[in-house]
Amino acid sequence: MVDKKEIEKIRIEKKNWQENCYNPLVKKKPGRKKKFENLSSNEIKSLYTPEDISHLSYLKDIGFPGEFPFLRGVYPTMHRGQLWTMRQFAGFGSAEETNERYKYLLEHGETGLSVAFDYPTLYGYDTDHPLSRGEFGKCGVAISSLKDMEILFSDIPIDKVTTSMTINGPAPIVWGFYIANAENRGISKDIIGGTIQNDILKEYIAQKSYIFPPEPSMRLIVDTFEYGSKYVPRWNTISISGYHIREAGSTAVQELAFTVGDGVEYVKWAMERGLNIDDFAPRLSFFFNAHNDFFEEIAKYRAARRIWAKELKKLGAKKTRSMLMRFHTQTAGCSLTAQQPEINIVRVALQGLAAVLGGTQSLHTNSMDEALALPSEKAVRIALRTQQIIAEESGVTDAIDPLGGSYYIEWLTDEMEEQTYKYWDRVEKLGGVLPAIEKGFYQREIAQAAYKYQKEIDDKKRTIVGVNDYQLDEEIDIPILKMDEKGEERQINRLKKLRKDRNKQKYERNLEKLRKAAEGDENTMPHILDCVHSYATLGETCRVLRDVFGEYEEPAIF
Amino acid sequence: MVDRKVRVLVAKPGLDGHDRGAKIVARALRDAGMEVIYTGLHQTAEMIVEAAVQEDVDVVGLSLLSGAHMTLFVDVAKLLKQKGMSDVLVVGGGIIPEGDVSKLKEEGISAVFGPGTHCDEIVDYIIKNVKR
Repeated sequence: MVDKKEIEKIRIEKKNWQENCYNPLVKKKPGRKKKFENLSSNEIKSLYTPEDISHLSYLKDIGFPGEFPFLRGVYPTMHRGQLWTMRQFAGFGSAEETNERYKYLLEHGETGLSVAFDYPTLYGYDTDHPLSRGEFGKCGVAISSLKDMEILFSDIPIDKVTTSMTINGPAPIVWGFYIANAENRGISKDIIGGTIQNDILKEYIAQKSYIFPPEPSMRLIVDTFEYGSKYVPRWNTISISGYHIREAGSTAVQELAFTVGDGVEYVKWAMERGLNIDDFAPRLSFFFNAHNDFFEEIAKYRAARRIWAKELKKLGAKKTRSMLMRFHTQTAGCSLTAQQPEINIVRVALQGLAAVLGGTQSLHTNSMDEALALPSEKAVRIALRTQQIIAEESGVTDAIDPLGGSYYIEWLTDEMEEQTYKYWDRVEKLGGVLPAIEKGFYQREIAQAAYKYQKEIDDKKRTIVGVNDYQLDEEIDIPILKMDEKGEERQINRLKKLRKDRNKQKYERNLEKLRKAAEGDENTMPHILDCVHSYATLGETCRVLRDVFGEYEEPAIF
Repeated sequence: MVDRKVRVLVAKPGLDGHDRGAKIVARALRDAGMEVIYTGLHQTAEMIVEAAVQEDVDVVGLSLLSGAHMTLFVDVAKLLKQKGMSDVLVVGGGIIPEGDVSKLKEEGISAVFGPGTHCDEIVDYIIKNVKR
């Protein structure tokens, strides 16, 4: 970016500085650590200069926001034009309780909704299934049918507010509930906006809420791409997620490499089906973690945008929109401490700031109590206020990509991109993404990184305030969320009534039609919609797909 | 008494897929010289107790981050007693609020390790408290 002669001068002067100024001081007073490393174990130098990024061309590698390679942001105006969507992931107990929480959040300035489902829902079981025992509403809201979805969004303007749903294995069915509910309310499906996570690859890799084996799962996902691009054009049919990979213990580089690699895999499967890349790619969205290492996180988001744009171009995308990596960010749940929980507010503020400086389109800030339980009303309000302060008070939204051009940030962005391609080579050698999953490659890489991180904390090589240093022996005194004890009973009674009242012939016929479609190669989405409209439950609809596709089990390795 | 390695079953009850903690603890116990059997995901209480009997373990370590611990941990502890394995040490870990810990102890879960626990603390606890 600077001419060669100037770089040479800088190189010489830096050497002089190092020898005459820096080293003598380090000799007298050694640095705090022998080696400075970020969370991906990359060594960080004391100082970065134009020399470190002399191989980059501003116009080619960095460019302008809204223009290829989109390193500086996907839109020309970024947060000057529009703030990110403030979208708190929420759900617990019954649909009634969660509906109340959504209204509370919207009242306090939240601008988008995000649904957390309980485990039975994530696995496609109804609340009254034996395997649902003990899990009702515990880590999200229980949704067993269209009826529950109606209650979940009652009095919420789903024609105006967008909704993100963290659902993967049974994603087409739960999306079906949402679409059917909108249709029943007279809202056309070409108006509703939102996202289904629908990212099964990271489930096998990290989060482990899978149902079917990889191939039929990928087929269902491509079904949603195809259906969405035709009939639900404002819906993001996937949120390709690094969040869970990171939470499972990966490094930032692994999160980046595995996630964007998964994205490319989905594009290939959809193209294989014969879909036009520019029809579906504009609706692929992403989801990243915001962990503790501030600059590393910012570099990660920037690198992700550039890699994605380049790869989509290579795959034949022509439309600008197809190349845009639009992403949601959530601060790192795994970084929260159960000790001195109030200090998590500070961690979340720093992580949220990194996401904003990295150009996020949407943000969830964690609540201080999440290492203990689901968030209380007060805790979630403070979390929301934290991003409102970043947005309204800090001034960081005034200039686009304000850290762009920092020698350190640009060097790190480029370095992470390079390491991503190295990981991709390794995956390629294993035969691609699915074979790498089946061989346990990702799982082992992540488990290894997680163990190393824990050892570093245990050995005090890495300080976690309140955990291995600055500890306090105090009673934890923050309110813990209490759920309605009658919720489960209410839900089971509702299911019983639904099973009694619905038109038996109609839903059974629709389930049969879905079975036929699943056995063949017809798109399953229209049939899923018929099933949910006739009040087939989540469990019943998923049962049909389980019968046809079978279930996935992973080998237990540690 | 024959000096044999402590045998531990690390188990993931219920539908919860968060296995980071279970895997780290499994490795730490193995590195501390214990025999570790990991059940893998999605185990019912019956499956866990069956494995505990089959593998003749001294310790069952349960990990759960879904919030279903009050049901599923207690199911395992009760079933172990029914099978005459009340001398097996049962410990647990996960996202468990302080208020639930004392109730779990009453039900036979001897210790609960939350986020931020040093792996050595778990190792030491097991060595000191293993009954078989």
